[in-house]
Amino acid sequence: MYFYRSHVLVCGGTGCHSSGSADIIEQFNAELKKQGIEKEILVVQTGCFGLCEVGPIVIVYPEGAFYSRVTTDDVVEIVSEHLVKGRTVKHLLYHDSITEEHDIKSLDEVPFYQKQKRLALRNCGVINPEDIDEYIAFNGYKALGKALTEMTPGEVISTIKESGLRGRGGAGFSVGLKWEFTSKAEGQKKFVACNADEGDPGAFMDRSILEGAPHAVIEAMTIAGYAVGADQGYIYVRAEYPIAVQRLTMAIGQAREYGLLGNNILETGFDFDLELRLGAGAFVCGEETALLASIEGYRGEPRPRPPFPAVKGLFEKPTLLNNVETYANIPQIILKGSGWLQEIGTDKSKGTKVFALGGKINNTGLVEVPMGTTLREIIYDIGGGIPKGKAFKAAQTGGPSGGCIPVEHLDTPIDYDSLAAIGSMMGSGGLIVMDEDNCMVDIARFFLEFTVEESCGKCPPCRIGTKRMLELLNKITEGKGEEGDIEKLEELGEGIKIASLCGLGQTAPNPVLSTIKYFREEYEEHIRDKKCRAGVCDALLQYTIIEDKCKGCSLCTRVCPVDAISGQKKQPYNIDQSICIKCGACLEKCPFGAIVKG
Amino acid sequence: MKTLKELEEIRQRTLEAINLRKDRNGIRVVVGMATCGIAAGARNVLTGLIDQIRDRRIQHITVAQTGCIGVCRYEPMVEVYYPGEEKVTYVNMTPEKVERVVTEHLVNGSPVTEYTIGAAEKIH
Ligand SMILES: Cc1cc2nc3c(=O)[nH]c(=O)nc-3n(C[C@H](O)[C@H](O)[C@H](O)COP(=O)(O)O)c2cc1C
Repeated sequence: MYFYRSHVLVCGGTGCHSSGSADIIEQFNAELKKQGIEKEILVVQTGCFGLCEVGPIVIVYPEGAFYSRVTTDDVVEIVSEHLVKGRTVKHLLYHDSITEEHDIKSLDEVPFYQKQKRLALRNCGVINPEDIDEYIAFNGYKALGKALTEMTPGEVISTIKESGLRGRGGAGFSVGLKWEFTSKAEGQKKFVACNADEGDPGAFMDRSILEGAPHAVIEAMTIAGYAVGADQGYIYVRAEYPIAVQRLTMAIGQAREYGLLGNNILETGFDFDLELRLGAGAFVCGEETALLASIEGYRGEPRPRPPFPAVKGLFEKPTLLNNVETYANIPQIILKGSGWLQEIGTDKSKGTKVFALGGKINNTGLVEVPMGTTLREIIYDIGGGIPKGKAFKAAQTGGPSGGCIPVEHLDTPIDYDSLAAIGSMMGSGGLIVMDEDNCMVDIARFFLEFTVEESCGKCPPCRIGTKRMLELLNKITEGKGEEGDIEKLEELGEGIKIASLCGLGQTAPNPVLSTIKYFREEYEEHIRDKKCRAGVCDALLQYTIIEDKCKGCSLCTRVCPVDAISGQKKQPYNIDQSICIKCGACLEKCPFGAIVKG
Repeated sequence: MKTLKELEEIRQRTLEAINLRKDRNGIRVVVGMATCGIAAGARNVLTGLIDQIRDRRIQHITVAQTGCIGVCRYEPMVEVYYPGEEKVTYVNMTPEKVERVVTEHLVNGSPVTEYTIGAAEKIH
């Protein structure tokens, strides 16, 4: 590869891809040709930049000009103005990426990136994930070289152990300890596996790492193979991630070609190879024992532990299983030493965590922050706050296994332990922000609906218990709640947590229990006053006509499908609540804003 | 199959080519590409410059364009910025002159005084 005066980086992550980034790349190449400058400028498809809200994103170097929401029409202008004449196209630049003097800020000065620390994502949006040389350029496979030629397996394990790295897939178990258990387990044949199932709805950090820097995971798994004594690895990735699967497949091919996978890696005598296994996208298949069963070709159902996979895993052999993001941290720790990671994060949680920001937030996207960053910083400084000036109500972390965190805990420095202490969990890093328009009972119902659907059915507490909880929640949101329902939910929830076979059932009640803990009054309002303050639960809503505003035009009576509205022309009309089906048609039709919902 | 040494070579070579995405501190060469510059032949100067940088595999360098530098009679103009130093402005550039600037200034670090704006203004 040779010198190009300018590099045009186009995000090829799933988000930008679905908003047309492939067409943008094509358009760039066509325009460059038209202007005769295709030999001076390199167009690169990268992984996710994180700021999905303003995609498709294009960054032009050397200036670092950050173009947002780019369309194929914009490409013509960027080429003729910026790339031919050297004039950045100001009106297409992302508004937060320029100073008041209209100068371009470097990426780490843009508010969205300022408080971030991109370790696991460090190559995402920087390199072309389909080119192994670009990964190598930024020290890729150097850690593998170092481990194989300068370190014993024991030294690799103690480096990871001392670094304090904990698993990023949910439970937060010490990575070094797990490597040590697997290495010490008896047996000649051992396996290494990677959990890329990412079943938490809304989370997409693992997908982004695989799409943006697949070689990081391949390198780390090879290092892990060396450390624990395995010569074969499996990456279990969901089939719904076609771009990730394609880039992984390509990357494994390139690594084999360079002899970084296969026999006698880097002429050290160490053999290791990788295979992909595609999952069908069941949430429970992210649970480690279910995942391993699924790799073996069995139904994805969990089994009791112990024995833990480190002792008895794939094909009954000792197996090391880590998450994608966990692996993405490994090469840098090997290169920079355990002390480097220890410097970042909190006392018991070292390094960074990637969060998928979603819900009522301005900057929807992917952010990576040092452990110990507060929710407030993530939501307001990085996330840009809540749209339309609405008030923050709660943040949900940990997806269907996690809990809701209310405003009084906004300043909690987040790490594994502090989140657990306030009734939530880190989980895989989904972070959904809710405002005053979200009903907490409805949110709890939404997550429980998901777990009921995803429960594998093997153990009764999870299969039957969560179903009974969902029925209670449905009853409450439909206005049929009774005294004692909250207590029943609590009792069931506590029982299910204790009695379920795997983590799915053990955590399923969390969204319900945490919303009862922090928002009990909303449950009580639903049950006692038949009222939903957020105006979400249809059955509890009332449409009423404000007499002073009603002009008696009769439009509403004509759209009402059940004839619930009556009145005299030019007099205020009236809605009969016993007939109204709450469809909302009248509210939409009323030209005077005289009908309200509440 | 690659050895560690070959990996290191790939690393060096590729880094040269893609470092401009991370490095904001190298030498910056700016070519005036407004209408006046283009009319005076700035495109050939620019492509000549890129070819030279490629051939000599010069590292830590970025090439950018700018609009009108303000003295159209001196176009094509090229400015060279070394970090922490005064910029050097070359005027009435041609691909041949670029070759000398690359060798003497960008590779060896000593400006080609006779092509600079200072020298040109003395003559006039
Ligand atoms: C229902 C359920 C779903 C899970 N889904 C995932 C997942 O999608 N990805 C993941 O890495 N871990 C998931 N886990 C956690 C895994 O069981 C396991 O702890 C993890 O992959 C270990 O890797 P780590 O130590 O690097 O975090 C899930 C656990 C449960 C109980």
